[in-house]
Amino acid sequence: MENKQAKTGSRLANIYKSDRHMWRLIIIMVVWFIFMAATKFSKFYTVVNFQTMFAQFPEFGLMSLGVMVCMITGGIDLSTVGVANMTGISMALLMQWAGGESGELSVVWIPVVFILAVLIGMVTGAVNGLLISKVHIPPILATLGTGQLFTGIGLVLTNGSAISGFPSTYAYAVNNRVAGIPVQFIIFVLVAVVMVFLLSKTTYGTKLILIGTNENVAKFSGLKVDRILVKTYILSGICSALGGMIMLANYNSARSDYGSNYTLQCILIVVLGGVSPNGGKGKISGVLLAIFLVRALETGINRFPQISSYYISLIWGAVLIFVMVLNYFTENNIKLFSKKKM
Amino acid sequence: MGEYLLRAIDIHKYFAGVRALDGVTLEIKPGEIHCLAGENGCGKSTLIKVISGVYQRDSGTIEFDGETLNKITPIDAIMKGIQVIYQDFSIFPNLTVMENLAINTQLAAKKKIVNWKNMRKIAQEATEKINFKVDLDAQLGTLSVAEKQMVAICRALMFNARLIIMDEPTTALTKKEVQALFKIILKLKAEGIAILFVSHKLDEVFEISERFTVFRSGKLIKTGNTSELDDRKFSYYMTGREFDVQTFVPAATSDSPVLEVKDLSLEGSFENISFSVKGGEILGITGLLDSGRTELALSLFGMAPATSGEIIIHGKPVKITSPQVAIENKIGFVPEDRLSEGLFLPRSIGDNIIISEIDNLTKGILIDKEKCKEEIRRWVEELAIATPDPDNAASTLSGGNQQRIVLAKWLACNPEILILNGPTVGVDIGSKHDIHAILQDLANKGMAIIIISDDLPEVMQNCSRVQILKHGRTAGELSTQDITESMILDKMM
Amino acid sequence: MQKLMKKLLQRNETYIFLILFALSLLIQVRSGQFYTSNNIVDILSAMIVPGLFAVGAFLVLLSGGIDVSFPALASLTAYATTKYLLDAGYEGSIWVPILMALIIGAVLGAVNGFFIGYLNLPAMIVTLGTASIFKGIMQGTLESKQLAVIPAGMKSFGTSALFTATNPQNGLSSRMPVAFLVIIFVYALAFFILRYTFFGRGIYAIGGNENAAYNAGYKVKRTKFLLYVFAGMTASVAGIIRVCMMQQCHPTNMLGMEMNIIAGVVLGGTAIVGGKGTLTGCFLGTLLIVMVENSMILIGVPVIWKGVFVGLLIVIGTAVSAYQSTRASMKVAKKREGAA
Repeated sequence: MENKQAKTGSRLANIYKSDRHMWRLIIIMVVWFIFMAATKFSKFYTVVNFQTMFAQFPEFGLMSLGVMVCMITGGIDLSTVGVANMTGISMALLMQWAGGESGELSVVWIPVVFILAVLIGMVTGAVNGLLISKVHIPPILATLGTGQLFTGIGLVLTNGSAISGFPSTYAYAVNNRVAGIPVQFIIFVLVAVVMVFLLSKTTYGTKLILIGTNENVAKFSGLKVDRILVKTYILSGICSALGGMIMLANYNSARSDYGSNYTLQCILIVVLGGVSPNGGKGKISGVLLAIFLVRALETGINRFPQISSYYISLIWGAVLIFVMVLNYFTENNIKLFSKKKM
Repeated sequence: MGEYLLRAIDIHKYFAGVRALDGVTLEIKPGEIHCLAGENGCGKSTLIKVISGVYQRDSGTIEFDGETLNKITPIDAIMKGIQVIYQDFSIFPNLTVMENLAINTQLAAKKKIVNWKNMRKIAQEATEKINFKVDLDAQLGTLSVAEKQMVAICRALMFNARLIIMDEPTTALTKKEVQALFKIILKLKAEGIAILFVSHKLDEVFEISERFTVFRSGKLIKTGNTSELDDRKFSYYMTGREFDVQTFVPAATSDSPVLEVKDLSLEGSFENISFSVKGGEILGITGLLDSGRTELALSLFGMAPATSGEIIIHGKPVKITSPQVAIENKIGFVPEDRLSEGLFLPRSIGDNIIISEIDNLTKGILIDKEKCKEEIRRWVEELAIATPDPDNAASTLSGGNQQRIVLAKWLACNPEILILNGPTVGVDIGSKHDIHAILQDLANKGMAIIIISDDLPEVMQNCSRVQILKHGRTAGELSTQDITESMILDKMM
Repeated sequence: MQKLMKKLLQRNETYIFLILFALSLLIQVRSGQFYTSNNIVDILSAMIVPGLFAVGAFLVLLSGGIDVSFPALASLTAYATTKYLLDAGYEGSIWVPILMALIIGAVLGAVNGFFIGYLNLPAMIVTLGTASIFKGIMQGTLESKQLAVIPAGMKSFGTSALFTATNPQNGLSSRMPVAFLVIIFVYALAFFILRYTFFGRGIYAIGGNENAAYNAGYKVKRTKFLLYVFAGMTASVAGIIRVCMMQQCHPTNMLGMEMNIIAGVVLGGTAIVGGKGTLTGCFLGTLLIVMVENSMILIGVPVIWKGVFVGLLIVIGTAVSAYQSTRASMKVAKKREGAA
């Protein structure tokens, strides 16, 4: 155990040189895990606890991945939660209808609803993407508006209440474990692998970052900027829709105002993960780490019954600002350095 | 009062341990027009900021009007009569002309409450001083560049300026506007105001200044009277290199034109433009800022598709509706503004080079990292881009090297037609010569090249023919062999 | 006269006003109840809290920043003030709660202002973080719960009316709360600051060109800092007034209002990148959102459709203004060529 830590330690030193941001997150994480080991070892380090954590974070983790790609282009997606809830609600209604009187649902329906969910995500994402790239609405406003709209549609579909009486086949299938690994986590890993692949192995990733750096130069370089933006928001839509499907399974119900604080939480995670809100900068590794860190902090705090779980948002906010201030001091050095070239 | 109005002696300035100013000296006499020249990064902007109090010097003395100034703040400098007109004019596009003019004096007087009547009076007085006619209630953002500059000058004059520093004031002006600016400068001189004119354009230095100072790499190279200066000496002081001017003569041209343009028009920009370029030829297109030259370039590259007329490539008519179509037709385009159109400044040199051909550097749907590296290495070598590591950000390079990156990006796409809009704007003299040599070499290898530029010596030197535009129409096409610069100018104006 | 017409047609406010007017006519035709004294009083009374939030959001947007923390800030202030005064058995007038709220709001606003102004961190992220912190302090440290009783002074302030408007047809009457005076005062104050102080002109100047503002001699950092303090104070007053008007303190029900408020301000013609916008536009844009939210039922649309309509309104509204600004920038380019 110690030997292993020494090894990773030297590797970390290398990472630090190339990526301070990442390094900081890892330190915060390690400190937190050591702290949890020192105080609540028996309650925190259990298989069940980790299984729960890994079943919980995929819902906002997926949404964060969507927000991440949008933020890399210099945009943002504030409609994620709206898309997630609308997807969850419509699929719940569909399954309710398919289950009919008996409430029985054949397993064949599971892939069907997932495919439909992805389709919903694609359509909503395409709407966002077109509003932003073709109509030139600033992303923050476009997705704010569509987010309201999707939430509103969800509200109309449910008449404001929760939908819970749909066949249990779905929740049973997703809320399950394969070889001890939660299915939600498997879905998340699949999406994350696709994302890593897209961002680092295909030309899409390079183009994405360059568009975020300077959209105008990208146009002059012959990139199909509009098409890439639409693709990006579609990708985000798909992530949100899948997040919604996991929420549906985790809560075993769907409602238009579930996860309402996820919007801010996703942005927080993405910025914490080192993506610049101005675009053009960011790595998926940082975001993955931030997703896990946020969940680990929350789960850890929950192990202290005397501490109100409401402190979690205080801690997130404080960590976010702390990291920003640290960035400020390192970046300011760089700024001073580059001034000489004026 | 001594002989000099301003003496900045042995100024040192470091940024994070890097020497920006290494003991430079600048002396300006009262009421003289002094030109400060040097390549990008030579320290001239840093010195201006030291004099105007934006930066604090690390060592050295500054005397103004015989008085030694220790610590200077921007307000101090203004109060002493030092005014800087920055390249971006430091104006508020969203406020009215009146407010832009009056706000500085009001702030300097530590006013807290706005008196609009008073502001209008101040603004009126300021514009009347140099007979500048402008609608005081117009939003500044709607004015032309030259008008914005006049507003900035009016504003500077309000503080009983003794010394006005103009940082590359002619960059975005048309020839006519430059002449108008020079008239104003002479008028100011007549009133006893000294002008420090920062520029690296030879002709301007000769035309307007009495004395000059040249910096190179943060050091003082030469200061003296402009009358003792000539082209050759000036470029030598700036670069430390001697240049032989090579006039381009096409080696061999293709039999049929590679690109033909017939009656091309873009509504509101240009009309009925026709020309053709053969492989191995360099065609110049020149004209004033408002001649439609930039719009023509954008149309040829599909950024602003032409509304009528024909573009024929290798004898086949094509509709160029987007940059992608242009690239498919083997057209490369080096845009006018490197910083906002040409380069992803914070990204690596490598990414900047391969971005336009990236879809060809793949294995299936994967990026072929080896091929990319190979390609990057090839172009860094071929264009002699001076960098220790292509993973460094493009912003770490000088203007000349940055322009080479933009060139490399297009050469990597194997273009048959290369269009360059202002290929050497803001590029130092050394790199300018190198870039010209590269272009001539490419033409000799059979590429069809179009240089769009208002730098007439550049056009004369590199192009075999020149098409002159005026108000969006062709004013003539001439062979550069048998004409002079003034003949082109006649047609341009 | 023609000149005035032309000027009016160029202004965003004119269009918002026309849309508001059209909407009011639609409601009037459908329900016959828009132009009744009690309905108008109802709408104005519903404008008080969003209108106050909007002023702060507007000023911040104008400076080129953004504030998403004001609902959390207002909730924390309102809860802390009400709770403290309840525990202290305070029985006095409204002035003490308002003063307390102003102080707490200024302190919390100063936190935003410090990070955004002095450290120059991105406003969106900072306020996101502080919103999270404020919420954490309220729910964690103060263990906020719904307070069914509020101090007597606040209660009477919330119920006291300037006048009461009664609809003669159906006998329904609505009170115009005294709190409406507050919003009038705040708008007057904001108008004065923006028009007649160099601090206010500085907000425009910084939003237009921050570097130029620095060169002109503005203390940019301090101006931004004070701006966020001011925004914190107006938000806090809004929070207290909301508690008074509801006659109880529900700590979390203001959270989530930020997006609609910002959308309203932007619909009113404020540029999201800063430097452009008017107080009138800010008020009208917010009024549009409030009217859509409050008047659906009068047209016979179930309340449940509110979100759909507000969402559509934001999308269409921003699409129109995005289209206009693209066209305007093309026009400027054309004009320049024509002039040359």
